[in-house]
Amino acid sequence: MIGVGKIKQYTNVLDKPLSRGRQEVSLSAFAFLFSELVQYNQTQVDNISELERRLEDAGYAVGARVLELLCHREKGNRRETRLLGILSFVHSTVWKVLFGKVADSLEKGTEHEDEYMISEKELLVNRFISVPKDMGAFNCGAFVAGIVKGVLDGAGFPAVVTAHFVPVDGQQRPRTTILIKFAEEVLRRESRLG
Amino acid sequence: MAPLAPKTGDAVFASVDRVNAELFTLTYGAMVRQLLTDLEEVDEVNKQLDQMGYNIGVRLVDEFLAKSNVSRCVDFKETADVIAKVGFKMFLGVTASITSWDAEGTSFSLVLEDNPLVDFVELPDTCQGLHYCNILSGVLRGALEMVSMKTEVTWVRDMLHGDDAYELRVKLLKQVPEEYPYKDDE
Repeated sequence: MIGVGKIKQYTNVLDKPLSRGRQEVSLSAFAFLFSELVQYNQTQVDNISELERRLEDAGYAVGARVLELLCHREKGNRRETRLLGILSFVHSTVWKVLFGKVADSLEKGTEHEDEYMISEKELLVNRFISVPKDMGAFNCGAFVAGIVKGVLDGAGFPAVVTAHFVPVDGQQRPRTTILIKFAEEVLRRESRLG
Repeated sequence: MAPLAPKTGDAVFASVDRVNAELFTLTYGAMVRQLLTDLEEVDEVNKQLDQMGYNIGVRLVDEFLAKSNVSRCVDFKETADVIAKVGFKMFLGVTASITSWDAEGTSFSLVLEDNPLVDFVELPDTCQGLHYCNILSGVLRGALEMVSMKTEVTWVRDMLHGDDAYELRVKLLKQVPEEYPYKDDE
């Protein structure tokens, strides 16, 4: 037959084998992409809290997917049911896969029972970001806070997650703290489980 | 000091800092989703992605030239080779191949078998017109414009639309000679 066209093959994305997760791209490619994301969102909002919320929403989507991917690939589909379990999952596994290292520290809040903090000296996403003075306390770590929120929500631990700069003595750049405040029901369930 | 020899794509990629490709893929996906929610029209999203790619390309080419030490390309064919072997490798960790040169040597096809932007992606029926990787066409256009080449970049094949590879057609429109911004007399 003359001129037989190529039949289009629509491979179902679920049929393709899951990659091992070892592939890498350059940091600058990610940094450029992230900067465009932030710049685009800046044009869509009027104030800083809106901008942080949009970045958080973007991160939330990433977090939900990261949870599914890592649960399947790294943990053999085991679900975390305890608070400390999910926190150490976020602090070690998620951080290691996304940023190449475990988070610097995981602390329990002293003032409130439901607060936990993950700290990092310099978040990967903030490495090439400089915040102008008129934007005050804006932190692009809101994206990472969104990722953590996505992971926690997906795992059944609803929480409010925010990113803050914490000045450190003897260091020029402040370190970033991701503050996780769990919902009431999580603490009630945790105390019930013993 | 003797001029540095140009590095191969692999060597440059090994020397830059790298991040997990999945973070990159998922962030890109989140960005495309945001654009779709805000703009709703697939054509608008395509245009916006191209514009964002253009902004990235304009800055990316500086980093590319600084890190890879490539010498000035003699002709467009060499430019194409350098983009495919060094450029794509350096930033995305994948090598592209160059095919289908036209008779005058002003237009070529860049073929990507492996594309880190599209892992885990499936286009729904409502977005069939979307060029998901349109940011790449913008990046190429922006980068080449900064080195005095006005180009037009279009998609020929797209795996998300059922083809077997990603193919970009790059057409050189004109070479814009560099303009000296100041008059000689002043």
